[in-house]
Parts: sequence; structure tokens; C-alpha cells
Amino acid sequence: MIREGILEALQLLLHLDASVIDAASRSLWISIVAVVTATVVGITIGLLLARKRFPGRSLLILLFRVGMSVPTVLIGLLCYGLLSRRGTLGELELLYTPTAIILGEFFLALPIVATLTHGAIARLDPVAFETARTLGAGTLQRAVTYLREAKLAILLALLTAFSRCFTELGIAMMVGGNITGRTRTLTTATAMETARGEFASGVAMSLILLSISMLVTLAIALLSRETVEPAS
Amino acid sequence: MPRERISNSWMMHIVMLLSFGILDAGCSGSQPTDNESASDTTTTSTTSDFSPKQSVLKLASTTSTRDSGLLDVLLPEFEKAHNCRVDLIAVGTGAALKLGEAGDVDAVLVHARSAEHKFMDGGHGIRHEPIMHNSFIIAGPAADPAQAKGRDAGAALQKIVAGKHRFVSRGDDSGTHKRELLLWQKIEGLTKWKDYIESGQGMGPTLIIADEMKAYVLTDDGTWMKQRDKFQLVQLVKGADDLRNPYAVLVVNPEKAPAINADLANKFSDFLISKRVQKLIKNYEINGQRLFHPDRLKQETPE
Repeated sequence: MIREGILEALQLLLHLDASVIDAASRSLWISIVAVVTATVVGITIGLLLARKRFPGRSLLILLFRVGMSVPTVLIGLLCYGLLSRRGTLGELELLYTPTAIILGEFFLALPIVATLTHGAIARLDPVAFETARTLGAGTLQRAVTYLREAKLAILLALLTAFSRCFTELGIAMMVGGNITGRTRTLTTATAMETARGEFASGVAMSLILLSISMLVTLAIALLSRETVEPAS
Repeated sequence: MPRERISNSWMMHIVMLLSFGILDAGCSGSQPTDNESASDTTTTSTTSDFSPKQSVLKLASTTSTRDSGLLDVLLPEFEKAHNCRVDLIAVGTGAALKLGEAGDVDAVLVHARSAEHKFMDGGHGIRHEPIMHNSFIIAGPAADPAQAKGRDAGAALQKIVAGKHRFVSRGDDSGTHKRELLLWQKIEGLTKWKDYIESGQGMGPTLIIADEMKAYVLTDDGTWMKQRDKFQLVQLVKGADDLRNPYAVLVVNPEKAPAINADLANKFSDFLISKRVQKLIKNYEINGQRLFHPDRLKQETPE
């Protein structure tokens, strides 16, 4: 059954089956937008957590670290409650839109980016901080210096976040609703096709999912080798 | 001190939430429904907007109607006729009615009469139209250890429970699950036994599980016909009066939320009971088999 599935799946891929391409491109852009927004907010938070002392800081660090292990179905459920027409943000009419999935994936990615950025900056050689301070650099310039120093580690964080977002199912299903041509992503389509017994399309979608996330993982592996080697 | 910390982090979360929400509302121009219902006396053409406004019908339906492929035929017709878009959310009947109650969808297309009447009595809906019906069947292993074949549904279930044979239930508050519970109620009631398995999933996965476990299962015949080539299970009970499976469309009460598009939901109901669409339903076949029987053509009397 799996072998027939794979053969049919390859055919679907070779013919660039419209529904497969549609779901794949949606998955891609949704996770990219989610990660980019989470990057802007997350890096700022990571910098603040690493370089500023303020009340509640250690609690925040803990919260973000715990946030990395919040299950996607829970994020989905909370976003559902928030975006439902009876929810706090119900008037925005965002439930069952790509934006809803982006919002959920933002919360999935944010703790990853914030925590890993914080870790990367906190681990920097203290010389970097000293140099920046003695050179009399402004806040922004110093931030840029730190980020440049930690850029590989931060890139790793972004790739990790992307890979989580790209492959998650819970949020996309609960707040996206798996609507044809609107919110169907690779993961929701795979779940649906399997439920329908359409294994070939399921396998085709999974193959795309797998190859993209393997590419990202490969990139992570190559990058982390680079980050590890000069130090050792 | 600790209180201050907590309030700090909460402030942060709230600020983030708000800013993000506002940002999103600004850039997603694709949800026109609330503007429209707010100004439904003015025509859409007067609203100055960059993209052509298209109204959206949010429809919650059952996985069985989606998986039958019927909606793939009907929805594009409706979209074309009314220059709108239909967002179909396929869930179980129970969940679909809950979405209606919450006002998250404009219309629901489901199959569980008593739950539908409760929905209407509760003031959640403003219109209820029977559309079509098919029937449930009981499938099971070809060896049929419970000797269910040829009986009516109640007697078959009695045989299954008497021999404590394996039975897979949807267990998900779907229309099919509700019907199963009703059937148990009509005999002595359901006392779960060891091999009474609740899948908690849709009809397709439940059939797969039943097939793998050589178990008995109650299914709608649409999903069954569409997928039966993949199974070793065989159809054992069919056509009994207690297995009639009626579908209806319900328009959600627009008082629930200002954004509910009751106008389009009403048009959708009119569309489904129109003679043309009833004929489309009648002629819809898979593998040469008719899947649904329309309720509103004149030779057939609606319930």
C-alpha cells in the first residue's frame, strides 16, 4: 500500500498536481511570515533578556523557556478561544484565515527565537561587551554588534523555529480549518487525505514536507558544525 | 515583588497580543463580511476598496458530505451563481452545530435530526431545511461471527453485544455517533464491553480501524461506497427503516454576531432546495451508484 502510494505520489509531484503545489506554497509562506514576525519580536526580547536587568526578568526567561514546550494543540486551542466570534478578538474575523495560523505559529516560534537568542547573546565572550562599551557605541550599535557576534546561533534558532512551524498540525487544523484553497496546508492536507484513505496524495504531501524540513535540518547541521569548530 | 514581576510579564503578553492583532487586521483585507453586514443597505460597489469585494459564506459541514465529493460539485455552482466564496469547514455534526452556536459559521449542513431540532429550539438557528437523505449501513467481517447479516439494525446490534464481538464506534459526537447511540437506546441501552472501541475520529479513519481490527461498524453508505474497495469488511445490514440518514441545512441566527452572513446563508438554503440542485443531487453518482436521495423533488415528500 505504501509502495503504490509512493509511486502515485511521485506522479503527482512530477505533474505538479495543483492541490499539492497550492498546499505546499501556503505552508511555506505562512511559516515564513510567522517566523519573520517572531524574529523581530523574539530577537528584541532575547537581547533585552540577555543585556538588561529589570524586575521580572528571570521569570520571563523561565516563561519563554517553558513556552518552547507548549504543545501546538494547546496553542491552537487558545488561539481558537481568542479568535472565535465569541472570543476577545472575535471582531477581527480572523478565525479560519491564514492570518489565524500565522498568529498561532508566531506564538510557537516566539519562545524558540527569544530563548535561543537570549542564550546565544548571554554566552558571548564578555570581551565583546567590554569592547562595545569602551568604544562608546550607542544602544542600537551595541545591539547590532552582539547580533553579528551571535549570528550563527541566531540563524540556527530561526531555522529551528521555521521547521517547527512548517511541520506543525495542531494550530493549522484548529484555527485554519483546512479550507480548500484558503487554509489547507501540507500537514492538514496530509491528515485529511489519510483520513479519506487517499494514501497517494498523503504520501506526496509528506514527501514535500519531509524534503523541505530535511533541507532545513541539513542547514542546521552544517551551520552548527561551523559554530562549534572555531571554538573547539 | 513577585506580584510586580507577574504583572510585568502579563503586560508584555497583552501588548504583544494587541499589537499583533491590530497589525493583522490592517493587512488582511480578505475578510469583508463584517463591513458588509454593518452596511448592508449600501451596495458592495459603493464601498471603495482595492480588491473586488466578494462575500464569504462560512459553512460547517460533516466530513461525510465533504468526503462524498458532492460538495465539490455543488459549492462551485453556488459560488459562481452568487459571486461569492464558500469556506467549508468539515467536522462532525456535533462540532458543526457547536460552531453554529458560537456564531463562527453562517450555515451548517448536518445529519442528526434531534440535535438539529434542539439547535432550532435553542434559538441558534433561524431556518431549517431538509435537503436529502441516504442511509446508514452496518459493515463487518465477512465471516460475520455475530450473524448480523440480513437482520434489522437493532437485532444486529443485539447479536453483536450478546456475543461481545468487536465493534468500533466513532465516539466523536458526530451524526453517525449520535445515530449509533439512538440505536442502542432503542434496544436495551449501551453497556460498553471490552471490545467496544471508540475511535474518536472521522468516518474514513474509523472504517480503516474497523477493517484492520475485523470489527463491526456503523457507517453512512456514502463514505462506505466511496472507500469500500480498500476494505475487506463487507456490508451486512442495509435498508432498514431505522437506518435512514437525513441531511439538513440550518441558517445560523444572525443575532449571535454582527458578522454572520445570514443573507448569503439563506441564499445557500434556497440553492440547495431548488429543483435544479435537487436534480444534481439525484444524479450524483460514484462508481455508478447514487449516493444521496433528494428530499425536495415533488415525487418525494419531505419529512
